[in-house]
Amino acid sequence: MAGPMKMRATLGSGYTDVRVLMTHPMTTEQQSKGQPHFIQNLTVKVNGKTAIEGQISQAVSRNPVFSFRLKGGAKGDKIEVSWLDNKGETNKTETAVA
Amino acid sequence: MNNRRRNLLKSAGAAAALLAAGLLKPVAALAATWNKDAFAAKKADDALKTIGAASAAPSGDIVIEAPQIAENGAVVPIEITSKIAGTTSIAVLIEKNPYPLVAKFDFMEGALPFVKVNVKMAETSEVRVVAAAAGKNYLASKEIKVTIGGCGG
Repeated sequence: MAGPMKMRATLGSGYTDVRVLMTHPMTTEQQSKGQPHFIQNLTVKVNGKTAIEGQISQAVSRNPVFSFRLKGGAKGDKIEVSWLDNKGETNKTETAVA
Repeated sequence: MNNRRRNLLKSAGAAAALLAAGLLKPVAALAATWNKDAFAAKKADDALKTIGAASAAPSGDIVIEAPQIAENGAVVPIEITSKIAGTTSIAVLIEKNPYPLVAKFDFMEGALPFVKVNVKMAETSEVRVVAAAAGKNYLASKEIKVTIGGCGG
């Protein structure tokens, strides 16, 4: 099941700092006797527009935490992060830049 | 082979009926693409070839911040900043992992070429970062020593 996500977006100097945590086992082949379970795709959107797309492997740590930076930005900008794993499970979270 | 089957079906005009029956899932609905071949590569060079980065020029403008010694290979924080103007993607490879390619990020308008990610490392390894900008590839690497591997149990 898709566990909770947490995200924080704050204004830095000239950029927006996005920190996002995804609850996911991220099991490798070795850990699972050939049945890995891991996030493959993630997308970061700013005010509905895709800014970053990531493809990741089973070598990303359990309960992945990512930091990204967006150009400029303003308080209230809507940041949305979503993920899709190799079993078709998906989740997303949204926050406003503080 | 799947493509051929689909083409055949299309030519028979049956694709729509199959779609309706849910036999052919509309893959586009998921939108996301995942470079299966690159992630399945067992050598960093092969993975780089697959993502179109077989030749990359060494660059001092890619900054890799990571511990020199990672006590726990299950969680190794790596922070990458590309100072190369117009960077559109950053790929992270851990040479000695079973599957070296760990992640690839594409940066569109509005994003800065920066990422911080926690990765698993099986053993002490060179970490390679390849950044693409204006159709060219640039490379930086850093060795991280691992005392306890993080890919097994």
